[in-house]
Amino acid sequence: MNVKKTGSNEPKEWVAEMRLIREARDKSAFAALFQHFAPRIKSFLIRSGSDPVMAEECAQEVMVTVWHKAHQFDASRASVATWVFTIARNRRIDLLRKERRPEPEELPWGPEAEPEQADILVLQQETAHLRTALKALPDAQRELIEKAYFGDLSHREIAEQTGLPLGTIKSRIRLALDRLRHAMK
Amino acid sequence: MTETIKHHLTDALLMGYSAGALPEAMNLMVATHLSLCDTCRAQMESFDILGGCLLEDNTDAVAMDAGALDATLAMLEDGEDVPARQIRASEGVFPGPLQDYVGGDLDSVRWKPIGMGVRQAILPTSGTASARLLYIPAGAAVPDHGHQGIELTMVLQGAFSDEVDRFARGDVEVADEDLEHTPVADISEDCICLAVTDAPLRFKSWIPRLAQPFLRI
Ligand SMILES: [Zn+2]
Ligand SMILES: [Zn+2]
Repeated sequence: MNVKKTGSNEPKEWVAEMRLIREARDKSAFAALFQHFAPRIKSFLIRSGSDPVMAEECAQEVMVTVWHKAHQFDASRASVATWVFTIARNRRIDLLRKERRPEPEELPWGPEAEPEQADILVLQQETAHLRTALKALPDAQRELIEKAYFGDLSHREIAEQTGLPLGTIKSRIRLALDRLRHAMK
Repeated sequence: MTETIKHHLTDALLMGYSAGALPEAMNLMVATHLSLCDTCRAQMESFDILGGCLLEDNTDAVAMDAGALDATLAMLEDGEDVPARQIRASEGVFPGPLQDYVGGDLDSVRWKPIGMGVRQAILPTSGTASARLLYIPAGAAVPDHGHQGIELTMVLQGAFSDEVDRFARGDVEVADEDLEHTPVADISEDCICLAVTDAPLRFKSWIPRLAQPFLRI
């Protein structure tokens, strides 16, 4: 079961909605996801240089993609926000730069079809840590990171930033990848 | 497999890849390295999570148009579910993303000689950086050169050594203005590399300099 942590300061995780979308093609779950993410995607695209009309259209398309790719979402590898971010980012590259985005080789899943609930919780906790750390950064540094992600910084300018709080989550993902590769053998 | 890689991508490249800020040729380099290196893959996925946090906490969300939800719900019926991307693990010299650009493995490359036994093949990418494959015969050297921008060289077969270190399969050398070097391939095997530059190389000797406009390097 997905435990929804409402009533505290914990962010909503949207994992239950994703499951409903994937397994029951539930449109009210989709509507809830839409109300939350579409305005954020629209803002993300406008800040990346898209005009508002294109951003509106594109945010709708991204949400349609979320619906059609719902079966690919894996809560033990990424939060819903992260997964939606990657879809929006790829669409932005498509739209504003008209280029392909080469992707690494897919790591196919091992024998366990369903991700373990414990893995999901750990990932959620680590993501929450990162989010807290990000909020605690000095304004100037957080703004630089935002600029990098919203498409305003070159690689060279990104290189001038240091000190991201990625430590724990990095080792956690590394462990998950090791386990995945091991399961495939 | 990944434990033998000693020279990794920089955080700036991994963050740039995650943020979608890199030119296509550099994205190709990153995707190719990530296919061989779980260390960098984990780092990149952490940067994706950072992107998710920024999206989530974006304080100036922009309201969607009235009727946007209904319009989107109506669109759900049209499309079809998207099958998972299948960039399969490659058994060959080139990892999957690179095979996509070459149209196959090593035997599909159309090499052009660039002198001193060294051969290259330019890969089709758009944008401000360019990507090419380099074939350095065993024991041969790439002419001594400096860099105007950044040069990323990843070994796919064999190994080379230069003033910095020795680089073997999966290793990436990140060179910039401060480095002038002469990479030399190991004598045991021909060396094949993927090289990405965001500005032309500066060769020291006059022959490669003269040839540079024709070679597009
Ligand atoms: Zn690496
Ligand atoms: Zn060089």
